[in-house]
Amino acid sequence: MSVAVIDYGMGNIDSVVRAVEECGGSPVLTRSGRDIAEATHIILPGVGAFAEGMERLHSLSLVEALEEQALGCGIPFLGICLGMQFLASRGTEGGEVPGLGWIDGEVTKLEPVNGERIPHVGWNDVEHDAQSGLFRDIPSGKDFYFVHSYHFKCANPGDALASTPYCGGFVSAVGRGNVFGVQFHPEKSQRAGFQLIRNFLAMR
Amino acid sequence: MIKTRLIPTLLYKDLGLVKGEAFDSWRRIGGVVQAIRVYNLREVDELVFLDISATGEGRPPDFEAIDEYADNCFMPLTVGGGIRTVEDVRKLLAAGADKVAINSAAVKTPEIIRDTARVFGAQCVVVSIDARARPGGGHEVFINSGALGTGLDPVEHARMAESMGAGELLVTSIDHDGLMAGYDIELIKAVSGAVSIPVIASGGAGKPQDFVDAIQQGNATAVAAAAIFHFTETTPSEVKAYMKQAGINMRV
Repeated sequence: MSVAVIDYGMGNIDSVVRAVEECGGSPVLTRSGRDIAEATHIILPGVGAFAEGMERLHSLSLVEALEEQALGCGIPFLGICLGMQFLASRGTEGGEVPGLGWIDGEVTKLEPVNGERIPHVGWNDVEHDAQSGLFRDIPSGKDFYFVHSYHFKCANPGDALASTPYCGGFVSAVGRGNVFGVQFHPEKSQRAGFQLIRNFLAMR
Repeated sequence: MIKTRLIPTLLYKDLGLVKGEAFDSWRRIGGVVQAIRVYNLREVDELVFLDISATGEGRPPDFEAIDEYADNCFMPLTVGGGIRTVEDVRKLLAAGADKVAINSAAVKTPEIIRDTARVFGAQCVVVSIDARARPGGGHEVFINSGALGTGLDPVEHARMAESMGAGELLVTSIDHDGLMAGYDIELIKAVSGAVSIPVIASGGAGKPQDFVDAIQQGNATAVAAAAIFHFTETTPSEVKAYMKQAGINMRV
């Protein structure tokens, strides 16, 4: 099992690699189309601004390689934090910018409804209906670690796998077929986070 | 509902972890990896690691060492000390830091806040503010690990940092630090009230009630502490249980 962790120069990639190792996977930190083509799983991590990140994915010619594997070949794909937001049709951080568009929706800034501080930083509940294998053996309401200012607004409610109560509630996990995205950081969420990564690695 | 974070702080100086009193009288308290492994087992909410000699010695962060620490750290990690450029930040994030703490550079070259936020997002930029009480009232911001006064008021500095794109503030009272006699509630409250980004209270925690006071009276978003965990038998879990009893939403 070879897990391609996409390195496009944005963020906490090393933590993701370490977490995949701890969960029994064989991570390959890469930006090469060949590694991506040979991978059994793909993880797109990321911390940062949407516009800058999409520009890097394009300039490194990663978009086509990822599309071919995730959409063409149906390889299990997990976007984390900014990597989840890229799945949307468009982002609004740093100007309106097209995303990968694999899951319909847009990424907009969290708006406080009750004096919440932004960014949303810390541990918060991830509520799900246990339908997705991504959350196997993880009770709904378990705490995961978040650090973000923007969130994914799904156009189709069916693509939302989980939600989190902050700023009136936002979508904290999305999924469509073999493509998944989580707004929180499973690699930093200790036991529950590692369970989610193991669940992802168990997908074929 | 979001949980209030309890954040142990690790201070690094001259090849090991230290803890002082009022930013002086440093005592050695052991190795970094060893401390991180203990906190992994205890599943603490988050960790702050500050290299307090980097800026004073005019050197950048020790990226290799931080890479090793981060490899052993399975909880959110904020790294500070010696950061001067966006490239420094890029290397720290690549090494496994989730957020960076910028202190002296946020005073000397505040553009670093804006430039870092533009590339990596506001959420990873923690501006660290060290302040001393002024004899006549109010506070003054100090940089270079408390060695250099700036004449700046921490509330004004906090507003500036937020407007430049900081995602969080780590506010440390130099006078209270290491004395374990409670946080500087006046300082924490003044800064918390002035910004809408999260504020981490730091400096002075000595007993569980001090953490409760920082949240309930100081309106801090999160609490950081070091000495209480190094020099007393108190563990982060005990403090969290106490805070929960006091009505604060904690991850226990």
